[in-house]
Amino acid sequence: MAKITLSNLAHSYQKNPETENDYALKTLNHVWEDGAAYALLGPSGCGKTTLLNIISGLLKPSKGQVLFNEQDVTEKKTAERNIAQVFQFPVVYDTMTVYENLAFPLKNRNLKPAYIESRVHEIARIIDAEDILTKKAKELTADIKQKISLGRGLVREDVNAILFDEPLTVIDPHMKWQLRTQLKALHQNLGHTMIYVTHDQTEALTFADKVVVMSMGVVVQIGTPEELFEKPQHTFVGYFIGSPGMNILNADVVGNKAIIGNHEIILNNGYKNLQGKLELGIRPEYVRLTDNPDDLPITINRVEDVGHYKIVRATHQGQDINIILKEETGISENMRYVSFDKARTNIYTDDWLVTP
Amino acid sequence: MRKTTNQKAWFMVLPMLVLVAFSAIIPLMTVVNYSVQDTFGNNEFFWVGLEWFEEILASERVHDALIRQIIFTLIILAIEVPLGIFVALNMPKKSGLWTTLCLVLIALPLLIPWNVVGTIWQIFGRIDIGLLGYMLDQLGFDYNYTQDATDAWITIIIMDVWHWTSLVVLLCYAGLKSIPDAYYQAAKIDQASRWSIFRYIELPKMKGVLLIAILLRFMDSFMIYTEPFVVTGGGPGNATTFLSIDLVKMAIGQFDLGPAAAFSLIYFLVILLISWVFYTVMVQSDKGAGA
Repeated sequence: MAKITLSNLAHSYQKNPETENDYALKTLNHVWEDGAAYALLGPSGCGKTTLLNIISGLLKPSKGQVLFNEQDVTEKKTAERNIAQVFQFPVVYDTMTVYENLAFPLKNRNLKPAYIESRVHEIARIIDAEDILTKKAKELTADIKQKISLGRGLVREDVNAILFDEPLTVIDPHMKWQLRTQLKALHQNLGHTMIYVTHDQTEALTFADKVVVMSMGVVVQIGTPEELFEKPQHTFVGYFIGSPGMNILNADVVGNKAIIGNHEIILNNGYKNLQGKLELGIRPEYVRLTDNPDDLPITINRVEDVGHYKIVRATHQGQDINIILKEETGISENMRYVSFDKARTNIYTDDWLVTP
Repeated sequence: MRKTTNQKAWFMVLPMLVLVAFSAIIPLMTVVNYSVQDTFGNNEFFWVGLEWFEEILASERVHDALIRQIIFTLIILAIEVPLGIFVALNMPKKSGLWTTLCLVLIALPLLIPWNVVGTIWQIFGRIDIGLLGYMLDQLGFDYNYTQDATDAWITIIIMDVWHWTSLVVLLCYAGLKSIPDAYYQAAKIDQASRWSIFRYIELPKMKGVLLIAILLRFMDSFMIYTEPFVVTGGGPGNATTFLSIDLVKMAIGQFDLGPAAAFSLIYFLVILLISWVFYTVMVQSDKGAGA
């Protein structure tokens, strides 16, 4: 088990990267604390897998170092790093039985047969595969194969970290829930450093102590699920986390007033000399629909009832505003205005959060 | 549901039947016709039943050719299959100019007509003007494929390896290319040795194409004719007289049409039988392994 430090790390798939845009992973400094569970969240192609493969050594970074505890492992091969990784699509050794698959990483390390046997049975119990141990791996369905891959990732006790690269993609929803809960429990029992790559926010938020949000090769925010929700550091985080995401409105900010179109909104804090592209961010959960003509006028386009709440899709002078209402809330003819919860209103310049 | 009967549909299969009749059934029946009759010329034939078959099955000359043929095929498979796998494993995997060049070079021998391959090696091995034969002779080796049976065998085997290993390489290469990267990555994570990667990832994924390669190489080497005929003509003596060469000697050299026809049919059945066994094993092992 180890603390993993990334120091000035960057990676480009091009031979001679010139501009910052040539990098799939832009310069990054980060410490993954020993024993913590992280989720690496971001849309497809944002550099998540690149980062993961650099940590496991499958990819050599163009720049910077990877340190396990204080030891530089940048030049070390995957096999020497003693790390486990589970891939997006199941990888099983077809000709082996399930038992042999699970025992394979241990056998390669020449561990004692008695230990291997007890360990394999233990893992088989965790992934619920005890009754298929003697089956050939080739005969299994994709989701069972993925469970075996997962088991192979967990079978070694002394690994520095366990990396998961969207491991639950091929698993059906109810099993997903079960496995995720098991992984979380496993993390609490074993205390391995775990990094879990996903593009599914629910998966990230339920699994991790800390979520790392990436976009376009940049880490835009690292924080607890609550921090990501309440104080998105970047408009991308606001938009990516939550369903629907944060409302981002073009605004002018002068002192403690935000001007949207020709309407003024009083803010909790005053801001000085803001430059660049100014935006106001407010989560749909914190927008209230009112009938007060002093509030921001809107046009309601449609109301979606998604079960336990309603989403009101509205616009103000061409800018989209989503509002989340409780299921039982009625919408009267006069409710054509919105007000924002001041404490939850954030101001962004050039996509980054401004602290007042 | 009521099915409509339309016997005219049979006409739809007629073109296929005609094609198959001309390409397979009629020529084969001609051979069958010869195999059960004898002639003293003048186009007069009379029925001899299975006499020719009995004669061929008891013939020492055919037995010898069959034994030579089996030994030859086994040697060819024993060399070309492992060598083909080895070369395929060491081929560059990333697509690029270098890979294309390697593939073209590997495929070249396959594009050369068989009698040209024979001629190339016939000249190459000659001790008076051939590069190989002359050099070996000058280096003090007593090499002469026209007089020494062992030398003749070695020459033909090397020629066949040169000509056909490429086929095994290309098939295995295709099999290897289809293995997703994740398998190699998982193997690295699991600290698998090079041998384990071959044994548990590459070999199982290559199995399908490898069996096809073995089947093709078996059939082709079991029917080999042109190259040894050009290089040694079956000699010295009968040392390199394989089944096809023996058959042609019997049919055209001696004009023993009856026995040659019986020989042909037995030869054909042997190949059919072994290929069928191969195919059954292939399908069975695929089923046995799941899917």
